[in-house]
Amino acid sequence: MVPTAYYLVLAAILFSIGVGSFLIKRNIITIFMSIELMLNAVNLTFVAFAHHWHQINGQIFVFFVMVVAAAEAAVGLAIIIAIFRTRQTLNVDQIDLMKL
Amino acid sequence: MQLALFIIFGALAVAGALNLLLQRHPINSALSLVVVMMSLAVLYWSLGAEFLAAAQVIVYSGAIMVLFVFVIMLLNAGEEEQTTGSRAAYFAGFPGAAAIFCLLSFVFLSEHKALGFANIGGHLDSGIDNIAQISQVLFTKQLLPFEVTSILILVAILGAVVLARKEEQ
Repeated sequence: MVPTAYYLVLAAILFSIGVGSFLIKRNIITIFMSIELMLNAVNLTFVAFAHHWHQINGQIFVFFVMVVAAAEAAVGLAIIIAIFRTRQTLNVDQIDLMKL
Repeated sequence: MQLALFIIFGALAVAGALNLLLQRHPINSALSLVVVMMSLAVLYWSLGAEFLAAAQVIVYSGAIMVLFVFVIMLLNAGEEEQTTGSRAAYFAGFPGAAAIFCLLSFVFLSEHKALGFANIGGHLDSGIDNIAQISQVLFTKQLLPFEVTSILILVAILGAVVLARKEEQ
């Protein structure tokens, strides 16, 4: 027996760590990984609420979030590869122009 | 028993997330993110979402993280450069994130009684298991969104191929 609130607080902790690492990291790949961490924290909230309300819809939403995250990871990493090819850097401080 | 499970894997998830934050090399961050995802899979299972626990291991720690590790190794990404973060992050970002965390924790913990307790395993409406229930909704009510996600994946694959293609001079 664990209070549902504990799961939600854990999700809030993970989400805040994701936001913090999104803000202080300078490597574009690590920033991308912290977005994945935030998505995972939200997924945990969805599952906890689905369990709490005895509804399946929250779990279905998590399924869709996973699909969108997979698509996003594929496109985002391709963009990172394209940026690295032209700039030879992964540091976001040096990637401040959309122009090639 | 569920409390012990929750504490162990919750602490593991938080430790992995902090390790992601503190490590300077992206490959270490990627591996600690795998730890976070694996422990979240156990927590999903303890909340009665067996299908999502399996999908978490297969899709997230299997597919997505392999993609990340592959890209890190492909680009030969070195250690992060030591820079001071942007000023906006320090004056708006961190206080904002801390405020969101405090607000959420306060609301959840004050609604602790109303939220009740989580029991191991699912106790959803009918007696059928988790996967059968998900597939029933997914292939009837949510059929159109489900088919649209396949289009989304297809477009993402095509976009990734086009973006990562070598430009011809």
